[in-house]
Amino acid sequence: MSRPSDYVDAATPDTARRPEITQPGLGPLGYLRFFWRQLTSMRTALVLLLLLAIAAVPGSMWPQRSSDPNGVIQFFADNPDLAPVLDSFQLFDVYTSVWFSAIYLLLFVSLIGCVIPRTTHHLKALRASPPKTPARLERLPGFTSRIEPNLDAATAIDSARDLLRSSGYRVQLFNGKDLSASAERGYLRETGNLVFHSALVGILVAVGIGGGFSFSGQKVVIEGQPFVNVLAGYDSFNPGRFAGEHSLEPFRMTLDDFSVVYEEENLRAYGTPTDFTASVTTYLPREEGQPGEVKVNHPLAVAGTNVYLLGNGYAPTITVRDGEGNIAFDSSVPFLPQDQNLTSLGVIKVPDALPEQLGMIGFFYPAAGELHSGALTSVHPDLVNPVLTLRVYTGDLGLDSGAPKSVYSLETDTLTEVVGGDSGVDTIELRPGESAELPNGLGTVTFESKDPDAGPNNWADSVPRFASFDIHHVPSQGWVLVFAILVLGGLLASLFVPRRRMWVKAVELPDGGIRIEYAGLARGEDPTLEDAVADIAERHARKLTT
Amino acid sequence: MTETLATYSLVAIYSAMAVYALAFVFFTVDLAKRASLAPEPVAATAATGQLTAARGGTTTLERTETVTTRKRGRFERAGFALTVIAWLLHLGGAVLRGLANGYVPWSNMFEFSLMMSLIVVLVFLVIQFWLDLGYLGAYITGAALIVLGIGTTNFYVDVTPLAVPLQSVWLVIHVFVAILGTSFFALGAGLSLLQLLQSRREASGKTDGFLSTVPDADKLETLAYRVIVIGFVFWTFTLIAGAIWAERAWGRYWGWDTKEVWTFIIWTIYAGYIHARATRGWRGTRSAVLSLIGFGAVIFNYTVVNLFMKGLHAYSGL
Repeated sequence: MSRPSDYVDAATPDTARRPEITQPGLGPLGYLRFFWRQLTSMRTALVLLLLLAIAAVPGSMWPQRSSDPNGVIQFFADNPDLAPVLDSFQLFDVYTSVWFSAIYLLLFVSLIGCVIPRTTHHLKALRASPPKTPARLERLPGFTSRIEPNLDAATAIDSARDLLRSSGYRVQLFNGKDLSASAERGYLRETGNLVFHSALVGILVAVGIGGGFSFSGQKVVIEGQPFVNVLAGYDSFNPGRFAGEHSLEPFRMTLDDFSVVYEEENLRAYGTPTDFTASVTTYLPREEGQPGEVKVNHPLAVAGTNVYLLGNGYAPTITVRDGEGNIAFDSSVPFLPQDQNLTSLGVIKVPDALPEQLGMIGFFYPAAGELHSGALTSVHPDLVNPVLTLRVYTGDLGLDSGAPKSVYSLETDTLTEVVGGDSGVDTIELRPGESAELPNGLGTVTFESKDPDAGPNNWADSVPRFASFDIHHVPSQGWVLVFAILVLGGLLASLFVPRRRMWVKAVELPDGGIRIEYAGLARGEDPTLEDAVADIAERHARKLTT
Repeated sequence: MTETLATYSLVAIYSAMAVYALAFVFFTVDLAKRASLAPEPVAATAATGQLTAARGGTTTLERTETVTTRKRGRFERAGFALTVIAWLLHLGGAVLRGLANGYVPWSNMFEFSLMMSLIVVLVFLVIQFWLDLGYLGAYITGAALIVLGIGTTNFYVDVTPLAVPLQSVWLVIHVFVAILGTSFFALGAGLSLLQLLQSRREASGKTDGFLSTVPDADKLETLAYRVIVIGFVFWTFTLIAGAIWAERAWGRYWGWDTKEVWTFIIWTIYAGYIHARATRGWRGTRSAVLSLIGFGAVIFNYTVVNLFMKGLHAYSGL
């Protein structure tokens, strides 16, 4: 049996006619066989498919650790009671959860259990000849016939055989009561169906195995600075099961320039970015640097690794001199964009400042404008009127506790506010190139300008930008693509190649001549069967006249 | 220039909507007429086995078949004529929008609704050359009207430069094929809905109503299946093309983003539908229900997922 027993074209089980079934007891092997039958039946496959669809839904209702880890953290913070309950059902890891995996693994076992016997059956069918011509063709679809008084059966059937062969049919002649040609075509339909299902298994395997050897990492790079492809060079790194430090190809990449083009004509979209370009130079070991570009939708391939441009922002350069006049901090700090116009938030931690450690929370406005409330906001994402505001805290930043701390946040609970907020001292407001004195002799802070000539007429190059890159290495994705194309090809063949049988029979008439009969039989969905029979009949008639 | 073109585009769309509304009225009146008239099958003898004389042989007519062909009613024909006019206006609106954009007119929800209704109506009109689907006219024009109405009032956005992440050849391919798939699913859903109504009527034994002029449930199911299968192929391609684009844009071909999740769910439901057609006990009503659930998921994916769910496919422009 090639198809599951409940396949629609399979013979109807005759159990319905026997109301009382005396079933013999099943041994362990019998039960195994029973469950296997159940698992590989069409109904089970169908139910598993629908279950899979339902099981995928929760992954869109709650944030997932795989696609939105920050969303999960936020959800835990917002719903401290609900979140652990959901988590215990793996609702933040739906697609790797036990229950989701169980469904798709069962589905694939069912699929394999269905495909293997069908493959062996199909291989046999591919070598077999078409079946014997039915005794009566009248009741078959597309039946048509024609009297040919001046022809003999052998000529007619020979010519029918040639015609069917040239139309892609496999033909077998039968000489029973009447001479006939039995033909079949469209084996590609079943081949396509099997390729489709096998390729799905291929995708699953390629994704499963490939995932183990792939890695992805993120790195924020400020203009002028390098990224080195070693583990410590990443801001975050997510290796697969078998990937790690050893998967990293040695290379270095510097971000030479990051440029953005803004819309300036369409007033309804004024200031919308229309192009991002990260100009980089990549260095492979013992080789000259190669200039390159990373753009959105255009990753850069370096040493088998792809570099993607996913984000950008400003990284103001800040110098802090402490109370003793020493430079305690001198660095460009990536500020995280908060809105479309790149109002950006950043944190500066100066643990080396003396006499006290300094912490600052800064807002950067590339095009500062004042709201009615007096608060600043950015009105354009480009450097039109760059302003940096700082609130300053003193106290122990907690960096010596040993626990990892985010560079993008400052815990102010244990710190003393000395500038801005409720401290009584106005928030520091700086333009590129300006400095400000900190109160209580704590020192000075300077917002360095990248371009010494920058000023109110042209701030364009005053503040460096940063680009955030994703670095990915997914060795199996070529395989996934190959299988995906096979899925599509198999699907097309299995849905649109008609599998049909065709018969041409020559019935010798008692008063000489013959009656040629034509009929077809669809195997599976075949909307054009009757037309096809009519077409063969017509072409055969034409062939016989010439 | 951009503004002018965008305005003309809207004028064309509103005009198309007005004409669709008229067409809808005519198709609805046609359905009502069908309901009031007793079914009058016109018996025509069609020769299925007739052939031209071959080599002096006598050609005999071996088999005749009575085919019931229905003459299209006056209102139906008027409905079709109006639909063609509305579609041309609709097409004009889409082309003008594209010209105003300077890129393909399917980059946000408004444009998606514009194109999707355009393709649905096109498929409906083209199919008429092979099949008489006049009974779907009210459904199709009504759907186009609703989609355009919601699109212009709730999803309308001004012409803006193409967002950087959408600047890719895959926008043209992936989204257009998604629109094609959606259109075929919409048509399939209409047929499945009709199939459910028809099988209920057949079960009740009623012989009047407009459904008596519509093919029987089996025939409707076959039609729905053929349409949905085409939609399924397009959807599969959308999924694959989307994965390729995602790899170029985000560095991973699949990441269970909400839109990806729902695209997968829809694919799975329709895969289920196709299997249901081949499973004993699942043909007929059950598979029709699956088709409707599938289309429900398509609508959910287009509206709720776009508007209310967080994800990377945030292109509604709203």
